[in-house]
Amino acid sequence: MSVIEVTKLTKYYGKARGIVDVSFGVEEGEIFGFIGPNGAGKSTTIRLLLSLIHPSSGSAKVFGKDVVGHGPEIRRDIGYLPSEVYYYEGMKVNDLLKYSASFFNGDHTQRMHELSETMELDLGRRISDLSYGNKKKVGIVQGLLHSPKLLFLDEPTAGLDPLMQRKFFDLIREENARGVTVFFSSHILGEVQRLCSRVGIIREGSIVEISDIRALQQNNYKKVRVTAEGLDAASFDLPGVTNMQAENGALQFFFKGDINAVLQRISAVQVADLTIEEPTLEEIFMHYYE
Amino acid sequence: MNANIYRHEFRARLRSVLIWSLALTLLTLFFFAMFPVFADQAALMNEMLAKFPRELLVAFGMENMDLATVLGFYSLIFFFIQLCLAIQASNYGFGLVSIEESELTADFLLSKPVSRTQVLTSKLLAALTSLLLTNVVVWVSTFVAISLFREGRAYDLATLLLLLASLLIFQLFFLSVGLVISLLVKRVRSVTPYALGLAFGAYVLAAFSGVFGDVGLELITPFKHLDATYIVQHGAYDAPLVLLNVAVSLVALAASYWLYIRRDIPAVS
Repeated sequence: MSVIEVTKLTKYYGKARGIVDVSFGVEEGEIFGFIGPNGAGKSTTIRLLLSLIHPSSGSAKVFGKDVVGHGPEIRRDIGYLPSEVYYYEGMKVNDLLKYSASFFNGDHTQRMHELSETMELDLGRRISDLSYGNKKKVGIVQGLLHSPKLLFLDEPTAGLDPLMQRKFFDLIREENARGVTVFFSSHILGEVQRLCSRVGIIREGSIVEISDIRALQQNNYKKVRVTAEGLDAASFDLPGVTNMQAENGALQFFFKGDINAVLQRISAVQVADLTIEEPTLEEIFMHYYE
Repeated sequence: MNANIYRHEFRARLRSVLIWSLALTLLTLFFFAMFPVFADQAALMNEMLAKFPRELLVAFGMENMDLATVLGFYSLIFFFIQLCLAIQASNYGFGLVSIEESELTADFLLSKPVSRTQVLTSKLLAALTSLLLTNVVVWVSTFVAISLFREGRAYDLATLLLLLASLLIFQLFFLSVGLVISLLVKRVRSVTPYALGLAFGAYVLAAFSGVFGDVGLELITPFKHLDATYIVQHGAYDAPLVLLNVAVSLVALAASYWLYIRRDIPAVS
């Protein structure tokens, strides 16, 4: 079952572009990575799904319900960790978390204490006295304490030290193992690679690719590097070759397609050195953004 | 209506309510403590006032004011009370949803399972409760001040009640107009300048409306809709103007709901 279904979703802020014709789906129980540089429209998409803002056109459904008409119902089962965390400065952490929990049915005190312990969060302090990293922890506890079925994480790791990041990832994996669907937005590929099963890449407001993370890495692209005399870019003028770079008599490019086509071209020349490898996600990513 | 939001909002404003209440109590008591002196020297006082240029008296709403009577003197204080309440109510109105946005806590609140209507209703009711509390304090301190310092001089209770009752209508106007303006502008960075602007703006209009004679300015300012001197003189409201005042407030409220439900919450930039 699709937990999130986005159809041709478009958002303009006045004349400024937010996102244009974005369509994708997220299945129940998966961790969906949403990558793109700053300003690509990641937050806009999440804010539309939470009905913090309203679409210019297109539609989005969460749990099978339209986000415009059924916001409050949908948000009962949603946890949201914004990229920048801001809370009522005068409140104590404990009071803020209780205020947050009070919006959801049931008693969440125990879960709140468990999570605070895991994240090493001091409940007695005032929000205004907290460092950025600690505020982020408040955000994490706040987003998880009501045991939501769907989690929106908008660049969640910024401000967390590596140890906390690991704890946070463990927490997310635990939640996911219990069947929680996770929508993970980030511009850091390493973390997406570590956590996500599928990934959508967004660029300048449009989706450029949605694919299984392994497929993206293994099946589609090869990074080819050939060193040989008398080579130029024209030697590999094949469909599927991209990102051609020449340096010191060596050629480097990405190739997507039947690898035999490349091998035939290579066998035609006297090769000094050759490597064919999986590109890192980082490189694939750069490739989408050029 | 969501009880959690209501409680949170009410608590957030409690300190401000206490400060306003204290200030208004002191204002009323100290000001009215001077009444016996004014009343004793009434003839002298009115003679002096008669020498003032008429425009000046009109600007301060003192043209038909008889400072020798309890209600005449009280309507002078009443004007300052109105001004304070106008500032307080516009402050709450402008800040009702905009503070949440400028301090970026709107994301927290609106990602909870509550509708915009519920949020706005809870916030409005909390602000109204705060205004009502201040209002009650004004009632109490007025009665205390009058009974302490009137020294046996008579006054018409019904007229005083009319005056005091007008305060709530007055507060509602500034609350709802402040709110709707805050939703019409893109972003309110700081609430106080807007609130002072609205309150003093309305006062200045009322003052000019008197000075320039009949130019219709009284139609748009609550200081004229609920003019103390008029109420004391006639022992009644200027009904069409009061109705106009209430109508403007209700339209502003309805427009606020309409705008808030459709509002795009600005993101952190």
